[in-house]
Amino acid sequence: MRSPRSTSGRCCRETAAVIGMFYLSAAVALIATALTITRSNAAHAVLYLIVSLLAVALVFYALGAPFAAALEVIIYAGAIMVLFVFVVMILNLGAGAAPQERNWLRPAVWVGPTLLAAVLAGELLYLLASGRFDVSAQGSGAAAAQLAGAAAPTTLTATAAAPPAIEPKQVGLLLFGPYLLAVELASMLLMAGLVAAYHLARELLKAPQPAASHPRWTREPPTRATAASSRHTTAESH
Amino acid sequence: MPANTLMHAWILAVVLFGLGVAGLLARRNLVFMLMSIEIMLNAAGLAFIAAGARWGQADGQIMFILILTLAAAEVSVGLALILRLFSGTESVDADAARALHD
Repeated sequence: MRSPRSTSGRCCRETAAVIGMFYLSAAVALIATALTITRSNAAHAVLYLIVSLLAVALVFYALGAPFAAALEVIIYAGAIMVLFVFVVMILNLGAGAAPQERNWLRPAVWVGPTLLAAVLAGELLYLLASGRFDVSAQGSGAAAAQLAGAAAPTTLTATAAAPPAIEPKQVGLLLFGPYLLAVELASMLLMAGLVAAYHLARELLKAPQPAASHPRWTREPPTRATAASSRHTTAESH
Repeated sequence: MPANTLMHAWILAVVLFGLGVAGLLARRNLVFMLMSIEIMLNAAGLAFIAAGARWGQADGQIMFILILTLAAAEVSVGLALILRLFSGTESVDADAARALHD
């Protein structure tokens, strides 16, 4: 790794702090992930998975990738996990919802994710308290700050991180330069995902589900072939 | 950051990926299986970030962004499929999709 130009005690102390932050976040990520895949309730698993993603975001920051850390929090822990939460809520609707809501108020449910998230919040507060607006450390620090120009607001990001942080500007230059074709392909992938999700969920929105005593797939839609229906019933009768 | 720590970052990525594989193999609930796939994609992104930090290049973050878009598209389609399966069979068990075969 590139070492900062100033090798004062302050720099090495900050490096040690960042390394300690890395190991603490890694431990939190491992614990939260192990708890995610062993929960029996999907809502609890989603909570632990959110904590795990936040911990991995702090690992990204410790590795000198603040832009990836921000994306991890915004997109992964924000957008994608909100989708999971919505689906878990939809799947839980029904008669059993009220006792489930009552169960949410028991401390055994939320004290685990809260403790793990409190560790991450402590790390974040330490980062904010130690390195905020420290421009002098910046000037002697990463060479990327020189590249970012005189009035760059990106110097706020890499203050406490002693390893040379890869600035968002570098990522953007690379993303819309040599990787432009990959960006276009990713946009087409997102478009395909959008169309597919809309198409799959459209019939759910269109036809309100009647109070059915048996699953809906045994009743075939009228436009489809009735041969499939008869085949299905014969398969069931066997 | 010393190279030792970067090696530990890769070990962390491997362990997270292994946890995702274990969850994918052990669970039959489709929501949990999708979450395990998310864990595995996240571990792959962590490996790319660690490699980018090792060489001081931004390419690792580019790959992480691409993995992020892949995960977003995969989750949207996967959750829509789970909702369709649930509305048909009243179950989110992976074995409930056996009715597709009959």
